[in-house]
Amino acid sequence: MAQDEARPGSGSTSGDHGSGPASGTVHPGAAHEGADELVQLIDPHGVRHADVRYDELVADVDGPALRRLYEDMVVVRRIDAEATALQRQGELALWPPLLGQEAAQIGSGRALRADDFVFSSYRENGVAYCRGVDLTDILRVWRGNASSGWDPYSINMATPQVIIGAQSLHATGYAMGIIHDGADSVAVAYFGDGATSQGDVNEAMVFAASYQAPVIFFCQNNHWAISEPVGLQAHVPIARRAPGFGIPSVRVDGNDVLACLAVTREALARARAGGGPTFIEAVTYRMGPHTTADDPTRYRDPNELEDWAARDPLARLAALLDSLGLLDADYADSVKAKADATAATLREGCLAMPEPAPSDVFRHVYSEPNSWLDRQQDHYERYLASFAQASQEGSR
Amino acid sequence: MPTMTFGRAINAGLRRAMDDDPKVVLMGEDIGKLGGVFRITDGLQKDFGAHRVLDTPLAEAGIMGTAVGLAYRGYRPVVEIQFDGFIYPAFDQIVCQVAKLHYRTQGAVKMPITIRVPFGGGIGSPEHHSESPEAYFTHTSGLRVVSVSNPQDAYTMIQQAIASDDPVLYFEPKRRYHVKGEVDEAAPPSSAMGDARVVVEGTDVTLVAYGPLVSTARDAAIAASDDGISVEVIDLRSLAPIDFRTVEASVRRTGRLVITHEAAQSGGLGAEIAASITERCFDYLEHAPVRVTGFDIPYPYSKLEFHHLPDLDRILDGVDRVLRRPNSLSALDADAAVQR
Repeated sequence: MAQDEARPGSGSTSGDHGSGPASGTVHPGAAHEGADELVQLIDPHGVRHADVRYDELVADVDGPALRRLYEDMVVVRRIDAEATALQRQGELALWPPLLGQEAAQIGSGRALRADDFVFSSYRENGVAYCRGVDLTDILRVWRGNASSGWDPYSINMATPQVIIGAQSLHATGYAMGIIHDGADSVAVAYFGDGATSQGDVNEAMVFAASYQAPVIFFCQNNHWAISEPVGLQAHVPIARRAPGFGIPSVRVDGNDVLACLAVTREALARARAGGGPTFIEAVTYRMGPHTTADDPTRYRDPNELEDWAARDPLARLAALLDSLGLLDADYADSVKAKADATAATLREGCLAMPEPAPSDVFRHVYSEPNSWLDRQQDHYERYLASFAQASQEGSR
Repeated sequence: MPTMTFGRAINAGLRRAMDDDPKVVLMGEDIGKLGGVFRITDGLQKDFGAHRVLDTPLAEAGIMGTAVGLAYRGYRPVVEIQFDGFIYPAFDQIVCQVAKLHYRTQGAVKMPITIRVPFGGGIGSPEHHSESPEAYFTHTSGLRVVSVSNPQDAYTMIQQAIASDDPVLYFEPKRRYHVKGEVDEAAPPSSAMGDARVVVEGTDVTLVAYGPLVSTARDAAIAASDDGISVEVIDLRSLAPIDFRTVEASVRRTGRLVITHEAAQSGGLGAEIAASITERCFDYLEHAPVRVTGFDIPYPYSKLEFHHLPDLDRILDGVDRVLRRPNSLSALDADAAVQR
């Protein structure tokens, strides 16, 4: 259970100690005891704890696999830092950092199959990385060069959703389509603690339960919705809500990449077998601002950040690797080199991005000709052309 | 050629679309076993199965949002909104998602969703059951908006709407559901979904209507002809985009334009039509365009609804007004101005 109660108003916080090997899964109709406990396989000190329920789900994760998860997290943190720097240097208009949420995103993202489909918010760049996104595509929106970065069907991941929680319904509808098709893929909706107040998220759970849709609601409870603490959104642990909809839920230590992988695998297996939706609350922490336009010092106690820095998702996996003799200096250097090279590629792609053409503003509003828009485009193009003509005439 | 009611024609069109394309699925409240509160989907669940005709939970945002997900997956959802006034919980999903996803994804994701909305008044219902919300949607880029006025169009245009890769709001005049008309189920569509149609030819006044008021406008044209006035009636059919070429061609001949709709006047479609036609053929106008519409009020309780809804006499008054006939409101305006 939570032993480190946060200050009043920040509501339920994670219990990073003492949850031990207990199962955190709650099934509909089950008593609530256990619901608040976190599934944790690696503690903040990097110590691996045995878990009767979840160990078998990650039995294949050997030393090299742990290293791959570590590399992913280091690279994603480096991407995040580079994008933040690009914003500070004026190359991006805005950036929503994921700092602190690497384990939740990599652990869940690496559990997915290529034919699963992700519907995320704007902070899931770590998940996009797992899906194999082209790095430049991550930045298109934030540089203002496009209204979304990639073709969703190319990596089976919808582009970032800005309307809070709206994507939870899209994932549910997509999952209903999976049932129609007789397929065994799964749709995954990513959203934050703030989104759980939205009607869309609650309606999505109603629909998912009614149709037993193969969908996972992956809630990253990062404790803050811009300036509003999670206690303003939920008076009880968020995971407790799902059983009321008839959806099993689990609370997982969102800073433990192995535990996130395990609970996501369990939910995926349930969905693939026709067992319907699962709600996962990954308890983590947004260590940075909401976006680069935000200033958390106005609303957040610096001690809280310090507390969470002690549970850093990368540090604990590094500690585990070290204890296993898997974090020698050569390896650490190679990971850093890979991260730096990725950041360099990201920067290069950002700076080389072609400028959109003025007429692009009209493109793709409709897929078919539209007399209103075609007329406006025609007028505007002739208007722009008149300047070119005037400047030609002026130069004669 | 068989004769069928308006409602039956929509049903036949839905059936045909479902036969033609297994990706067409219907979603809505009470549309399965009950066949919808207006019975428009009667028998479809029985014939196509509960997996293609989905009774949904009572949550319009949920219906619309899951329709978006189904469209992502390659389906062509046809959503029934039970009554016009119930569409607002779905407004966010329609405006922010359905309308914008094609643009947002630079054409990668299509949203071939048809949103059927029984709309308009005249059936003696309580609040929220008689509204005309079309202008909210015609103002939203990325959507197409149509309204049908007769069984043949209802049959043809529901199929065109479903076949369109763009999202379409399909407004059904609920007070005309029981009107009968001939429907040729074999004939190919006589015009594109976006085309307006001249339903009565005339030379003195152009009268523009859509949905439930097309038959009222036609009646008005007949009544006016008794007075020797020749009214040309245009059924817009498409409200976004509007086929202004057809309206403009008519106004260039008549020089006078009357627009009628049930929806409130200010900021409504009539304003858009008046402005666009004035821009396009100002020099041909003999009189300012006149709007005959519902008032700027919440839809009234049923005993007063026929004061709110434009009827034959109010439309004829509008016709008199553009003709500057002495019995028209123009004359009243002049009197009022003198008194002020």
